Formats: sequence, structure tokens, C-alpha cells
Amino acid sequence: MTDPSDKPLGITPLGYPSRLLAPGESYDSVTDRIASIPLAKHPPRQWYFGFGLGFIFFMLLLWAVTWLFAKGVGIWGINIPVAWGFAIVNFVWWIGIGHAGTFISAILLLLHQRWRTAINRFSEAMTLFAVACAGMFPLLHLGRPWVFWWILPYPDTMGVWPQFRSPLVWDVFAVSTYFTVSLLFWYLGLVPDLASVRDKAVKLWQKRIYGVLALGWRGSAAHWQRQQSAYLLLAGLATPLVLSVHSVVSFDFSVAIVPGWHSTIFPPYFVAGAIYSGFAMVLNIVIPVRKLYKLESLITMRHLNNMANVMLVTGEIVAYGYLIEAFMSWYSGDVFEEYMMKNRAFGPYGWVFWALMILNVIIPQLLWSRKIRMNLLLLFLIALSINLGMWVERFVIVITSLNRDFTPSAWHLYIPTFWDWATLAGSIGLFFTLQFLFMRFLPMISISETREFVAEPKTAEA
Amino acid sequence: MKADAPLDLDTIRQRLAGTRGRKYWRCLEEVAETPAFEEFLHREFPAGASEWGDEFSRRGFLQLMAASFALAGFSACTKQPLEKIVPYVRQPPELTPGKPLYFATALTLGGFAQGVVATSHEGRPTKIEGNPDHPVSLGATKVFTQAAVLDLYDPDRAQTVLRAGQPSDWNTFVSAMHAILQDQQTKAGTGIRILTGSTTSPTLQSQLNAFLHQYSAAKWHQWEPLSRDNIRDGAWQAFGEIVETQYAFDKADVILALDADFLFTHPSSLRYARNFAQRRRVKDAAGAKMSRLYAVEPTPTITGSMADHRLPVSSAEVEAIARSLAQKLGLEVEAAATPHEEWVAAVARDLQAHPGTGIVIAGETQPAAVHVLAHLINAKLNNSGQTITYTVPAEPVPVNQLTSLQTLIKDLQSGGVDLLIMMEGNPVFDTPADLGFAEAVAKAKTVVRLGFEENETSRYCHWHIPAAHALESWSDVCAFDGTVTLIQPLIEPLFEGKTAHELIDALFQPPGRNSYDIVRAYWQAQKWPNFEKTWRTALNDGVVAGSASPAQQVKLTAKAPSKTAQASGKLEILFRPDPSIWDGRFVNNGWLQELPRPISKLTWDNAALVSPVLAQREKLENGDVVTLKFGGRTLRAPVWIMPGQAENSVTLHLGYGRERTGRVGAGTGFNAYALRTSQALWSGAGLEIKRTGEKYPLVDTQKHHSVEGRDIVRSGTIGEFTANARFLEAHKEPRPERDVTLYHPDEFKYDGYKWGMSIDLNVCIGCNACTIACQAENNIAVVGKTQVANGREMHWIRVDAYFQGSLDNPEVNNQPVPCMHCENAPCELVCPVGATVHDDEGLNVQVYNRCIGTRYCSNNCPYKVRRFNFLEFNAGMTPVQKMVKNPDVTVRSRGVMEKCTYCTQRINAARITAEIANRKIRDGEIITACQAACPVEAIVFGDLNDPESRVVKLKGQPLDYWMLGELNTRPRTSYLAKLRNPNPEMKS
Repeated sequence: MTDPSDKPLGITPLGYPSRLLAPGESYDSVTDRIASIPLAKHPPRQWYFGFGLGFIFFMLLLWAVTWLFAKGVGIWGINIPVAWGFAIVNFVWWIGIGHAGTFISAILLLLHQRWRTAINRFSEAMTLFAVACAGMFPLLHLGRPWVFWWILPYPDTMGVWPQFRSPLVWDVFAVSTYFTVSLLFWYLGLVPDLASVRDKAVKLWQKRIYGVLALGWRGSAAHWQRQQSAYLLLAGLATPLVLSVHSVVSFDFSVAIVPGWHSTIFPPYFVAGAIYSGFAMVLNIVIPVRKLYKLESLITMRHLNNMANVMLVTGEIVAYGYLIEAFMSWYSGDVFEEYMMKNRAFGPYGWVFWALMILNVIIPQLLWSRKIRMNLLLLFLIALSINLGMWVERFVIVITSLNRDFTPSAWHLYIPTFWDWATLAGSIGLFFTLQFLFMRFLPMISISETREFVAEPKTAEA
Repeated sequence: MKADAPLDLDTIRQRLAGTRGRKYWRCLEEVAETPAFEEFLHREFPAGASEWGDEFSRRGFLQLMAASFALAGFSACTKQPLEKIVPYVRQPPELTPGKPLYFATALTLGGFAQGVVATSHEGRPTKIEGNPDHPVSLGATKVFTQAAVLDLYDPDRAQTVLRAGQPSDWNTFVSAMHAILQDQQTKAGTGIRILTGSTTSPTLQSQLNAFLHQYSAAKWHQWEPLSRDNIRDGAWQAFGEIVETQYAFDKADVILALDADFLFTHPSSLRYARNFAQRRRVKDAAGAKMSRLYAVEPTPTITGSMADHRLPVSSAEVEAIARSLAQKLGLEVEAAATPHEEWVAAVARDLQAHPGTGIVIAGETQPAAVHVLAHLINAKLNNSGQTITYTVPAEPVPVNQLTSLQTLIKDLQSGGVDLLIMMEGNPVFDTPADLGFAEAVAKAKTVVRLGFEENETSRYCHWHIPAAHALESWSDVCAFDGTVTLIQPLIEPLFEGKTAHELIDALFQPPGRNSYDIVRAYWQAQKWPNFEKTWRTALNDGVVAGSASPAQQVKLTAKAPSKTAQASGKLEILFRPDPSIWDGRFVNNGWLQELPRPISKLTWDNAALVSPVLAQREKLENGDVVTLKFGGRTLRAPVWIMPGQAENSVTLHLGYGRERTGRVGAGTGFNAYALRTSQALWSGAGLEIKRTGEKYPLVDTQKHHSVEGRDIVRSGTIGEFTANARFLEAHKEPRPERDVTLYHPDEFKYDGYKWGMSIDLNVCIGCNACTIACQAENNIAVVGKTQVANGREMHWIRVDAYFQGSLDNPEVNNQPVPCMHCENAPCELVCPVGATVHDDEGLNVQVYNRCIGTRYCSNNCPYKVRRFNFLEFNAGMTPVQKMVKNPDVTVRSRGVMEKCTYCTQRINAARITAEIANRKIRDGEIITACQAACPVEAIVFGDLNDPESRVVKLKGQPLDYWMLGELNTRPRTSYLAKLRNPNPEMKS
């Protein structure tokens, strides 16, 4: 089923919808449409529903975390040998989701992919919230979370220092840098729009809050010049980070000697997987939101189609990764590697592996069809399948590898407890809580950049 | 205040002058009647503290409260609880605070002594080691012995004298006894019965003799649920007298164990294990020799796991095999059919080929006829007098305990028992179900029990006297070979514990001697030359020199025994002692409960062990609850599929399913005694088994018993070894070069000490002594059944059992796995905070204080020897429970990783001693806890830089290998491969 609102948009010779902005949009209409959302007295009724649901799960998270701090990580299903469980699975999953934002904003900006405009703000916010969710897990996962700061290099009178050979230390730097740069990038892009909202606001408190946040933006040419160059610089900074963060996260595994972890393919394969799941998450959010806020003329089918294409490409890379892992386990002739693959596919968690293959490899092949890419419902479901699949992939990597490694006498299953699930569901709740707050109070599409399309109608065409 | 007006001395003088009569004055101010003094008199509190009448009082109150709260808040700034440290007023000369003292004493199991050296830290015993001078310890310990300290501090112990369940006191008890005894004196004590377990205490015996002399009609009965009646009866039938058989496994070339677990359950098992190991250990390939062990047994045991040829047959069939063997050796016995003729014939030829150096040993679970056959065979093979000697039993009055018990029950039923005194034991729970002890004992007029804990029997007792722990008592006891050990206390009874000696003594007039006086008086009466010196030497050494039972010249009077009657029935039930909780007495001991049973690795429960064939036939899976119907009685129990179990035998371990016990033992396991009858004390045919469809969660610590083709356990045969000493290295990855690492290969030089360990799999019997010794030494927490089910047991050294060969009769290879202390340790590289670090002696050190609990180290440990405190496992300990902790080892809290340290506290203790003496630590000066406990000396620790050290020599042997060595972890713990010595005639 094709969205009827796309009907009047132009079609390229290949049959794709071509416009990034519906005809008839003016400066005023763009600003009004976007800025009116945070200034509205009441959000749409569905917002309450979405926010409420997210908030309930957020409360579940607080409950689970309180109990965790009271009792210890033993409330989870982890054990020896599976000493890492859902916390790490969730961490890697969220970090992956947090990749799309910066990828869309920074890399596509540098590549002059103008179609990114409608979705960049959105996906940057998503990145921040996903990284926030991700960043929480390594701390929760610690046996003694109250001393987490020992992992940081701070001047200590005892002269103790982090152990820099450990990838976990690299992780701290990679993730915190990524979060900081993503935050700055997002905020810098937001400043002109905050000023627009400030200018449109009628209530004093709104004027004041948005005014403070707009940092005194007056839209002068000097402002624009500085903002643009800073924005470009940050994009340049963020671009390597997109590649490095998940590479470093993958080192957590590939540096270890555990069969199933110890693999050189991990960095590219993790980065591709991250972008894969990140785009899937953007689609999962964007498809309902554009409907809810009637933004079809700003986030057009062209956007969705492009994102589907990116998913298809990264999905093939990920599938190739799976194939190479299986091949190398055979080709290495190493008994541990061979057994690892056998255990992955046919061991006690074999069904999880096959679920992964279906969710992450087979179902996304539907994206080859343009018809399916143009079908919002199917696209949404495929994106959902990829999100689920990427979570399952991390489960397979973390848990299936650990549960049977070198010493058979120590093999033991990992069975997640209620608290494992509660923390996972709770983190999703936190993510959506933040996401809904963002949609409620900030311009979720870049006003200034969208207005550029009005000024340059040609760039709005393909 | 206007108090500062100067005193007017003139006015005072006038006032005093004007008084009449006696008027006392307190001070000049009073006489002067100054306003300040008036005020002082009328105020209760000093100025400022009681301004209640003041107009600002409410405000003042609030200020005061605010200040108090603020100050109270400051008091919360310190986490440390207030503890008083009181120094000795008079410090005992032998005691240096911080340095432990060691005392030789003994613990008792089944009446026989386990010689020990107990460690005392500032007056509290914390650790038990074997006594090297004791003939059946030789420095090693059993698991039960190791766990005894935990019992001592058990908060569920009987703590006070109870009269009908209500707290009373010792004096009331003594007067109550005297009232009864006065009455009995007129009847020569016809109504008095005493019930004990097997006892070898000379002092107790003399006390009992004196008592039975005074009350000539009183009777003494003995009952030990794991009775040795069959052995006694066998000796009686063979020789016409009861003698103990002593085996010399160090002289034996060929051993046949007929359902005899001489390496674990035998009272002398530690000695036997040591002797057996002497003949299994090999050095160089040239001329290497090993003894050969054949085992015939219905259920897998430690002895069976060491056998070169193991034949799983039903318990009933063992006699047929013994008969067949006897016949083949030329004895005239009534033959019985066995399908294993070929096997027996090969064994017979092997035994015949080694006359005088063979041993045939039958277990206490086999009927007397098998014991007679064993005696006959040993005599025939000329083993008697060579590998086998006979001695006077250590038990002064050996009786058939089942008959003894039956007589007692008969007397009880007749109502003629006025006073029943029970020393320990739990007959209501552990006597044969068909005898009805509980109903009988209810008919006794007064029942007294001296007991360590309140159990099922306590409910039937009018008086319950708390027993003192062996570490709180003076006593004496004999080892299996008769050697006497004086038991000395290390601590005053923690509660009101009394010893058996004190209880018996209280029955005499005038009572009141304590155990020390009683025991000493007995030995003084023995007319030792130079008593004081001998007494002190005996206490110091832990043995009374030359007290071993003399050898007994015996004459084989038996003819061929007639066949033991066998009940018919396809399935057979077996009753065996539990390898951890024994007859049920250790059920409240967390260390033993959590100790994985040998081979099955079950913890916290017993189960009906079934063979894979039976499981297949009855469609059973592990944990399926079945109804076991035997002799008209039924029991519901979960099954556990046990490879190596005889096809139609179902084993139940005794002692579980206690109804009344402490917090640890409550709700664990199933009561096998409920099916045990006087006709089937050890085994019986006619068991019916029916699936109920229910499940019961059984937990084990090892799910996977195959090595999956990995280089974890290496094993071979002695033949292969003599042909090529390095035969095990073929088809194995060579050890990687030292510099195959990303990091600096010479980061550590190890030019001082270089610690290493060698574990000899060839002699390891898998008895678990190392695991529990480590637990005791290193304050390792007990985590409970649910946590074990979650894979969170904390043992720093575990004993893995790998199976090889057929499911129905696999070879079992035991492998103790402590931390390997790798030189290229994978754990060290991944810790983000450097909580696990290398030291310059090669120890892989865990810094608990620095650990933040990422658990990355455990993931990266290929041996999975790291243990994590997933929860606060040391929470909620009572002050008494805390006393068991070793003060030299940190008690770990929640959220930190821990693992084997090579007993770093022992290394440092030796280092201090050596440094004070300005010398190097000598080889053998550091004995790790696991090494100390090991009965077969399989574990050797030492300095790899000392070319003369034992560990270097062991690591130089051709059988030495690294577990998973191809990973280039360069482990400091290496193994000596396991060898078997199969009979070339037989197919294994």
C-alpha cells in the first residue's frame, strides 16, 4: 500500500519518488509546521499514549535498577562461564542503534546527500538517547558500580591507573567521545531552530526557555557563517567516530580469546551491523511519527526509500560477516572454532541462531523489491525484524560463545531472569520516554535546512 | 546568674554562731545562703541544661534538636562498627597474636580416629590438617574431617540442656538421673540401657565397664547405621574370632575390589589411598611399573574410577563372581553361574601370577560369605601374612550391631526399659524401617540423649544434653589399626556441651569430674612409665606411641561358605553412604552439602542413581520423580542417570531427607532409610520403580563429561608409556614458543622465586579433599542450591570428572583444576582497572579492593577457574559463624572476582620465617591447603627456580603436560598424564 500523500510528488525515470519537499511548501509553512509542534498547548492524543507507555517501562527500569543496586548483579541470570549477559547484549545493541544518527548527519552531510535533512535531527536525537541507554549498561553491569570511576584515568594519590591494555578502557573513551561529539553536533544544528521557536513563542516562559537555549541567535550572517563552519568541522570529527565506536566496542570481543569472539572481522562487521540497526530504528520511529504529525510532505517516500537502501547494503555486509565467520571456523581447522560454530547452530541456543538468520538475513532480502520498500507497513515490519535480529545477533555473540568455550566441564547455560528482561524493557522505555519528550519540546526536523529547499527548489528535486 | 557576689565571711561567722544543736553545713556558700547556692540546690541540672521555664524554650529545644541531629549525622560518617580490642592481661607464653598454634588431636568417624592437627588462631580453631604422624592420616584428611570446623560453629547446634523440649540445666539433669538410678540400684539396673555407636575410646570403655559392673543387669547396645557387621561376621565365620584385616596396598601388584570402596569409605582409606598411590606413580618410562586394580561393583565409586578393569554388576552378583574366582583358583566352593566367566578367569590368572603380592578385598556392603571367600582366596594365594595381616580389632567389644539393636528394640517394646541413654546417633531416623524403633522408644520411661544437634530422635527424649564438639573435648580414640590418639580441646565448649565421659561419670556418686580428669585418670591407671612425659608426648604427637593393635595369628577354620540367600526380583536397590553427608550426620554442614559428589557432581541432594539402560527402558530423565517401592514401603525420589551404574541396580545414598535438622540441611534430599530394612541393609532385590511424571530440580556442577577431543585430560596405558615415554605428545600441538605474544615476553624475569604446581592425574582419586580444604583455608562462601543451579558455586579448586568409553561402563578421569597462574594470563590483559595482575614470582594476583566486577577476566579465562561474588554471599553471619574464618585471608564481599591464590598467605608466612632466618624458602616449606589435604600426594607446589625442588622434578617427567597448552597461556600448574595398567589379556 503506497501512501496517498505521495501521489502528487514527482517520480524519477526509475520509478522512485523524487521529491524531498512537497510542492507548495513555503518558508512560513515549513517553519509553522515544525515549530508549532513544540509550542502547541497540547500534543496529539497519541503522544500521551506513547509517552505514557514509555514512561511506565522507564519506571520498570528504575525498579529493576534499584533492586540491582540493593542486591547485586546476581539478580540476573549470569553465571560462570556466562559472566556477561543481557547488560552487554543491550549495551552493544543500543550503541549500534546510536550509529544511524551520526551516520546520517555527519557522513551524509559530507557526502552532500541532501535528503538527510528531514531525518537528521530526529536520528541525531535518537543517537543521543540510544547512546545514553547504552552507556548506562556497562555501569549497571559492574559488580561494584559505585566505583565505576576507577576505570577513568584520574590523578590518584596511590598512583593507580587504568589498565590500558583492556578494551574496556578503550570503550570508555570511545563511547564518551562519541556521546560528547554527537551531543554538540546535535545541539549546534538545533540552535537556529531554537531561535525560530523562540521567535514564534507567545508565552513568556516559552520565550525564555527557548531563548536561553538559542544562545542569543539572531540569524546574522556572521552567526550563520560560524555555525556552518563549526557544523562542518564537527561533522568531520564525528565521521571517524562513527566507524571507531563500534570498532572499539567490537574489540571487547575480538581482543578476548573466547572462540566466537576472537575474530578480526569484527570491527567492519560490527560497524555495518550498527548502521543496519540504526537505520532500522530510525524507520521504526519515523514511519509512525510522520503519520502522527502529518509530516509526509517533509519526510517523503524518497527518504524512506533511501534508508531502506542503506539497510539493504549494510544488511548484505552483515550477512557476509556471518558467512565468513562460519567459513573461518571451518577453514581454521581449530577444534575450538569448529565446535563454536557447531554449538552456535546446533547447540542449546541453536534456535536463537536460526532466528537470527531469519530475522537478519532472510527477511531483509525483501527490500530488494521496490514495491516492498514503498509499502510503509512492510517496511516498518522489516525494520522491526532487523532491530530484533540485531539484538539476537548480540545475544548469539555474547552468550552462545561464552556458554561453551574451552573447558567442557565448566559449560553452563544462561537463562535470563525477570530482572534481565525488566532492564531490557526498561531501557526501551527510557529511550522512548526521552524520544517523546524530544518530539514534544524540540523541533524534530531541521527548520533551517528544510527552508533551504524552499529557497533552492531544484535541490528539492532528485 | 548573680553567683559571683563575694562571700561575706563575717555574715557566715554570725550565722554559724547563731545556730542551735547539730546543723551540718556543706560549704561556705550554703551558710552564706548565697543566691547562687540556693539556685544550685534547687536545680537538678547545671545551668543551661534545663531552661524549660525560659521564654525561649521552644526555640532552644529546636536549636538543641537541630544540633543533635546534625551531630548524629556526623556519627554516620564512619562505616566501621565499634569494636573493642582487648589485649591479654597475661599473655600465654606460647601465643604470639597473629601467629596460629597447632594442636594434634583426633576426630571420630564411625568410631575410628582420624588423626588431625588443628590450627588455632587466638584461641579459635579455624582449620584442620592431617597429622603426618598418625598411621591412618599420614598428613591427609577426608572431606568430613576438613568440614568439622564448620560444624563446631554451627549456630543450629544443640546449645542447652533440654527437659521435654524446655530449657533446663545440667544439675537438674544430674539429680533427676540420680533419682532414677537410686531406684535402679535395687534392681541391679535391669531397666537401664545404653545405646552408642561404634566406639573405640578406651576411657569410655572403662567407664562403661565400671557402670555395667555396678548395674550388672544394665545393657549396652551399639548401632552404627553404616555398620561393619558383614566384615565382623565374615571374620568370625572364617577364623572363629573377630579380627580386623589390614591391607598393605603398597606391596600389592594385583588388587581385586569386590564392591569395596577402600579408597574412600574404608576407615583406613587415607592410608590405603596413600599406599595404593605409591604403586601407581611412575617416573621414567624405563622399567615403569604399576599395580593393577580390578573392581567389581554395582555403583560407581572412587575406587571403581581408579580401576584398570571395572566390572559393573549387581550387588547380588558379586558373590557369584567371588565364587567363580575361588573355584578357578582351585578352592572347593559351591559355584554360581556368572556371565562374566572370561573376565573372572583373566583376573584369576593374574592373581595366580602374583602370589603373595595380590589383595582381594570385599566391602562392608557384601554379605559375610563374600568376606569368607575373600579370606579363603587370600590364604590360597599366599597373600595372608604378606599383603594382608590380621589384628585385634580396635573396637574393644565388637558385636553384631543389628542383633544388638534388635535386642534393644525387643526390650523397649516389652516396656521393661526405665532409662535409655543414647550417645549421639539418630536411631529414630537411621535404624531399619521394619524394626519400628520410634514406636519402641516411646515406651521407655526416661530417654536421655547426648547429641550434637537436635534431630528426629530428640523428639523422643525426655532429656537432651548438648554434646561437645571433638575440638571442645578431652577424650581418646583408636585408629583403625588400634593406635590411640588423645583428643584434646582447642576451645572451651561454645555452648553447654558435655562429653560422653562427663555424662557417664555423672551417673556415679559423687559426680562432677570433667573430661580432662576422667581421661587423664584412665591413662594414669595404665601405669605408663614416666607418665607425665608420655602423656605430654602423646598430646604433642597426636598418637600414643606403640599403641597399635598387635598382629593376630589366625587359623582359617572356615570351609566353603554356603550361598547367601538372594531374594528374587529384577531390580535391585542399593543403600550407600553419601560421599558428602555420610550417614546423615553432616546434613547441616554447608561445605559438605555443596561439595560436588565424586563422579556425579550432584550437590545439595541425593537421588536414585539409575543406569543409562534402565533410564532408557523406563523412559527416565534426570530429575524425573519416581516412586520406589521396596518391601512394601514406598519413597518418592528423583532419578539421576549414572554412567557406570550396574544395569538393574538403583542406588540411594543414605542420610538425606531429614525432618528435623538445622537451616542448611532442611528440605534437602530424600530419606533412603525409609526403605532400608534389617533384611536389606545394603542391598535387596525386588525394587519396583514407577514414573510419577513430576520433576524435581537436581543440581550438579558439571554438565558436560566429555573432553570433546580437546587437550584437557591426557591418558594412556603403561604399555604405551614404556614403549615411548612421550607417546602422549604425538598428534598434539607443540608448546608454543615463549615469545609468541603481542606483549613483551620478558616483562617478568622471575629471578627470585618462581612458583609452580604439578598435579598428578595418575594418582588423583577424585575424593574432593582438596576442594573442601581450600574452602576451609580460603574463607570460600557457601552459595546454596539455587545459586549452584545458576552456576555460581565458589570452589577455587574443582575436581572435574571426564568420561571416556562406553556409557554403561566409562573410564572416569578425575582432574583437579585450580587457577593455572598462567605466565601469559589472558585474564590480566582484559581487566580495565588492573585488579588482576602478575607478580614477579609468577603469581596471578587478584586485588579484591581494586576489583570493580566487570567479570571480563572470567570470560577470558580458558580454564574457567575464576569465581564471582554475584551476591553478598557472606551476609547475615552470626558472630559464632564468623569465628570459622581464616584471619589471614580476606572475606570477599559482593561484586568482586576471586580465585585460587596458590595459598598466598601460606607463601608469605613461609617468606617471613625464611627472611627472619636470612635464608631462602626451602622446598616443601610451603604446603598449599589442597596439597596438604590430598591423601595421594597428587598435588605438589614449589619453586621452579630451585632445580632440586620436587615440583621441578615432576615437571621434568615425560608425562607432564599443560592443559590447553596450545593457547600459549604458559600455565604454572601442569599435569602428569593419567596411566592405566590394563591386563593385556582383556579387552578394556
